[in-house]
Amino acid sequence: MSSTTAPQAQKVRSAITRRTALKGLAGGAALAAAPGFVPYIQAQSSAPLKLGFQVHRTGIGAAYGRWYDRVTTAAAALINEEGGINGRMIEIVTEDDGTDPKRGAEVVEKLASQHGCDLAFGTLFSHVVMGSSPRAGELKLPYFVVSEGHHVASGKLNRYTLQPGITDVKSQVRAMAPWVSQNLGKKVTMIFPDYAFGHDHRDFFSEAIAAQGGEVIEKIAIPPTESSFTRYFPRIPRDTEVIYHVMVGPGVLTFVKELGEFYGSGARPQIFGFIDSLEAVDIATPGLEFLEGTYFWEGMPRYAPADAPEYETFYRERVGVDANGASVSDSKDISTYAHMFGCWETLHVIKAGMEAAGYQGPDDRVKLIEAVEAMTTMPAGRAHPQGDKVFNGKTHQVFGHQYISQVADAKLSVVHTASIEDGMYPDETDYTAQPF
Amino acid sequence: MDFGPYLLLASLEGAVGAAVLALTALGLSLVFGVMRIVNVAHGEFYMLGAVIAWWVTSMVGGHPALGFVAAMVVSPLIVGIAAAAAERLVLRRLDYDPEATIVATIGLLYVIQQLALSTYGADARPVAAPIDFRVQFPWFGYSGYKLCVIGASAVMMLAVWLVLTHTRVGLMMRATQHDPETARAFAIPVDRVYAGVFAIGAMLAALGAVLIVPIQQAHYLMGHDPLLLSFIVVIIGGLGSLRGTVLAAVIIGMSDGIISVFFSPTLAKILATLLVAFVLVWRPAGLFGARPA
Repeated sequence: MSSTTAPQAQKVRSAITRRTALKGLAGGAALAAAPGFVPYIQAQSSAPLKLGFQVHRTGIGAAYGRWYDRVTTAAAALINEEGGINGRMIEIVTEDDGTDPKRGAEVVEKLASQHGCDLAFGTLFSHVVMGSSPRAGELKLPYFVVSEGHHVASGKLNRYTLQPGITDVKSQVRAMAPWVSQNLGKKVTMIFPDYAFGHDHRDFFSEAIAAQGGEVIEKIAIPPTESSFTRYFPRIPRDTEVIYHVMVGPGVLTFVKELGEFYGSGARPQIFGFIDSLEAVDIATPGLEFLEGTYFWEGMPRYAPADAPEYETFYRERVGVDANGASVSDSKDISTYAHMFGCWETLHVIKAGMEAAGYQGPDDRVKLIEAVEAMTTMPAGRAHPQGDKVFNGKTHQVFGHQYISQVADAKLSVVHTASIEDGMYPDETDYTAQPF
Repeated sequence: MDFGPYLLLASLEGAVGAAVLALTALGLSLVFGVMRIVNVAHGEFYMLGAVIAWWVTSMVGGHPALGFVAAMVVSPLIVGIAAAAAERLVLRRLDYDPEATIVATIGLLYVIQQLALSTYGADARPVAAPIDFRVQFPWFGYSGYKLCVIGASAVMMLAVWLVLTHTRVGLMMRATQHDPETARAFAIPVDRVYAGVFAIGAMLAALGAVLIVPIQQAHYLMGHDPLLLSFIVVIIGGLGSLRGTVLAAVIIGMSDGIISVFFSPTLAKILATLLVAFVLVWRPAGLFGARPA
């Protein structure tokens, strides 16, 4: 082979005249001047950073996925407007995982190998995180989840998986328990989805309310694909003082409506829910009137508070959400406001991490993780519109404020803000001790 | 909750489930009885019915009842036309071959589901109930609309039975079911009967879906459960036997409701599946199915 190609190469070289060389130069210059090609031609390091976005575009997590997508797009646009990361633009490479753990692992693989992404982020549903994270660890791909699950801080995952943009369930329920037991009651019946996320609620809230002198008197687990709920409600004991509900999936509205029908106009216990039960659902929907006066946990208040700080208003405007938590282009399209800020904050943590690590390309992935692990306090501001936070590098989990809102006039208004310390708990793992 | 009210609630839940299930399974059973086709896409016609109901109610303004009544008419009609088209374009060309049509209807299932996903989207969307009242028992409240569903379903099943037994169209269907060859010899347009039956089967599923959509929301994946339960009902009742289908729907629906309330929904599904296994072992033709000669 080599003996035949060598003479040819020589022939080509000898064929270059001064005229063709000039033509080539002119062509090259024209190409370099072409718009859109400019950033690529200078040097390899000015090509955009590729951030792989694993999104629940279809399946039971679709409502969350749609808003995670919008927030991510808005955050990426802002970062690029402000000059990108380390002088390079960012490009979001989106892949749908169908809210399916098996597909999730394939998506991580695809983002890493086929698209050549620098990292992956954005997964919400805990079973998809559990399915995808091990593959990210094997591929040595930094994997930033926006999931709320306790799986990151519990030590079940790996050094490549981090959750710096949203607090976990354990922290949320620990911050809620004192307020619930002091203001609503001590005998609690829990209704939760029957998988990892719901089990986190069950285990950690039971523990937290017991520490407050309260007690969970009944635990009602509901399969996440359930579409009819009335049949579960007779199991609520009559001496229940507080119903604690958290539900996910396409059946959430049915769940809350049927709960209202079940109690009807009769006496009912206090009701405390996680807003997950009504994310992407309008509180003013007919059939939800009974929620008036009940309480919800919110990760970030859906209805703009009167005294909203500048960065909150800025964030709300950039992600296209009005003061009632609906899309500015369609007032019936309600956002998943209590969760979606996680994507915005995660992208800003990635930016800060990459800048601290002097990130250039996939060879610097380990440096990026070390840079994020070194983070501690995150001040409230445009990069962290939900509020200030504290990051724990050992457990790869962030801690922040939690809100309790009451339904009044078919709107939510904040009645209690839990401090960051309320949600703190002792470390259960130390990922920094794991080798890369 | 005491045993009495507990049982009352369980029975009500079971009756609502049975009412919708009976309509849906009736459609599946009719298609199999007359055409000998196992329609795997039946659950998707149900989903399509719910999605179109959402679409119609959101187009029609005014009182929710107006939109709902419009949906009761428009949704089954569109689903029926879609089903008739599928019959003409796909099933007929396969000569109604039992194995080929199973594969074809599996394909149809995915086509309809993905079409719904790409046009309607992945969200669950609510439809307002046409009537808004609550029956307040001393122990618990119950949706008045759910009680109406039971009545509406009974009326529709009665109508299907009347059509089958007292009209010319029904006679043609029964003749075709009994012996297509002979029916053709008596100048019955078997070909058109097939298209009509397939459309009516899908329309019954759509009607069931329109009834359920104010209780649940319209979602592109909602066809799975009704398909599975319809098959369970049809196998227990006997493929092709309408009487058996209705009876089995009541048994499965009521037991599902009662067992779910007293024990767990998972146990209810386990028992229903177990019952299918027993029926297949000891009465392969189902409770009311004709035994093969």
